[in-house]
Amino acid sequence: MTDAAVTTAAPRKRSKRARPRPDVWAWTGISIVVVGLVLAVIGPWVAPFGVGNIVTSVYAQPDAQTLMGGDVLGRDLLSRLLHGARLTVGVALAATVLGFVIGMAVGFSAAEIRGRYDDFITWLIDVFLSFPPILLALIVIASLSSDLWVLIGTIAVIHSSRVARVGRAVAMNIAALEFVEVARARGEKLTSILVREIWPSTIRPLAVEFGLRLTYSILFLSSLSFLGLGVQPPDADWGSMVRENMNAMQNHAYIAVLAPAFAIAILTVGVNLIVDWLGAQSGRGISEELTK
Amino acid sequence: MPGVEFAGTGKEIWEALDVFKLIARRMFLGLLTLWAISIIVFLGTEILPGDVASAILGQSATETNLAALRETLGLNRPAYVRYFEWLVNILSGDLGVSLTNGMPLDRIIGLRLWNTVYLALYAAAVAMPLALGLGLLSAAYPEGNFDRTVSSVTVFFISIPDFVIAVLLIMIFAVELGWFPGAIHRPRWEDVFGTMDKTFLPMVTLVLTLLAHVVRMTRAAILDVLKQPYIEMALLKGASKSRIILKHAIPNAMGPIVNVVALNLGYLISGVVVVEVVFTYPGLGRLMVDSVVFRDVPQIQAVAMVFCSFYVVLNIFADVGAIMANPRLRYAK
Repeated sequence: MTDAAVTTAAPRKRSKRARPRPDVWAWTGISIVVVGLVLAVIGPWVAPFGVGNIVTSVYAQPDAQTLMGGDVLGRDLLSRLLHGARLTVGVALAATVLGFVIGMAVGFSAAEIRGRYDDFITWLIDVFLSFPPILLALIVIASLSSDLWVLIGTIAVIHSSRVARVGRAVAMNIAALEFVEVARARGEKLTSILVREIWPSTIRPLAVEFGLRLTYSILFLSSLSFLGLGVQPPDADWGSMVRENMNAMQNHAYIAVLAPAFAIAILTVGVNLIVDWLGAQSGRGISEELTK
Repeated sequence: MPGVEFAGTGKEIWEALDVFKLIARRMFLGLLTLWAISIIVFLGTEILPGDVASAILGQSATETNLAALRETLGLNRPAYVRYFEWLVNILSGDLGVSLTNGMPLDRIIGLRLWNTVYLALYAAAVAMPLALGLGLLSAAYPEGNFDRTVSSVTVFFISIPDFVIAVLLIMIFAVELGWFPGAIHRPRWEDVFGTMDKTFLPMVTLVLTLLAHVVRMTRAAILDVLKQPYIEMALLKGASKSRIILKHAIPNAMGPIVNVVALNLGYLISGVVVVEVVFTYPGLGRLMVDSVVFRDVPQIQAVAMVFCSFYVVLNIFADVGAIMANPRLRYAK
């Protein structure tokens, strides 16, 4: 199914079809993502208090000082949300980008070199795809601890097998086109063919994939942190904030749990709105995200 | 297709053999994958900074008793020897002993496995008919009000993490309304219906995460079939809408749908890990997380292998189901 959808998004049709303007939903998604990115950059600077500063009482009601009240230890909830934005967005983005770089390098080279190398890569991708991502992550984290770079690397590896598969399928179509043939005849080196000939033509079809992978990164990182195996205290991303404030529910102090939970949900819905809009143009939407 | 109907029996036997060969090939590939996974699992836990011996001794580790324990556990031997020993043990059903409480792992996992299977089946039994029905209705009236509503609701549920759904459900139904318990420490097997009531919230969480995916994929699969020329033919022939969907579309969409169902049962696995932790449900998922927290290596290895076997077997079922349902796939390659 993926292969067929990818073919319709071949680069040649691009010039014939004017890009439709984003609709209301797409603009909503774009604004959410822009706000998320801005918060990730400036969040820790504009936060009124430090991550670990205890400034109020446990699950305190919001007041003029602490606009969203206190958390499980009496730290300022708003400040922790702002600090967490950088971790959630930053780690998810870094993991997705790294996963794409690895996945595209592997997938494109398999499409260009073909033969035994391609067979081996395809088999390797299949092995990784038949490994439940959460188990892979848990095993790696058990061995190497929840260091930030380990988290980024693990999520990137999980992405890379999926990206490699889609990237290989897209690159197959492009590697067969005349201009790549010409480049080969001209004696361009492999890296040059991959980077200068194939890569530019795959940006449109892979943009949707990037959005889907970014959503998945955010959800996956949040889940790991929620399980207590992601970002470690005293730092907190939004997933670990939900975890540490779970007890607030017994006290009916819901904001401490709901604020980070909704922050994650709004961000992922925002990315998905953009993905849906991009997907509607290239004939590929969230529904085609078959194998997570 | 009259050609097939009038074909001699000899040809049919050959076709049956072909299908059998394809399935056998798929199973062999599945076994190969499992073997590759076992290497990843073993190596993954092998690169631990400290080994099992230092994990057991913890604070009381000294150079001498570490070396002695390594000797008794056989950790001095090269990794590949230990790998094959571990593999042979697992294949013969001996999963080893938990470091956390010294109990044999096959007993711990056996208990936990049934709890997880119960929860997964409960969720699947509710989610699958519901999802197929919704997907079918959306596909029957594409871009209609019903389809649009279902589509936006499912985007929402795909976008939010499963633990957020769980937290919201606990907030509303356990804390505020008090209808269902927010934590389940032990499902009672002697009283299955009482347990269904207690495990209602984890089941709903799993259903909601699963539903969105299956509805969207079912809708896509049926719409895909509805675009085919033979559907147009049926339409021109004057067949009614319900007849076209029931008689022409569904049998042809069966292959992709079976695939979707099996794939999502695999997807249940990762959902189950989070849901079991939120509801403190004693299943395999929580066992896995606990063993990672306590760095219980034999337990991590054993649970991971059990999970992966399930995953691989479900994938094989998905492929075989698709092959059985769609004659065209039998001739691919």
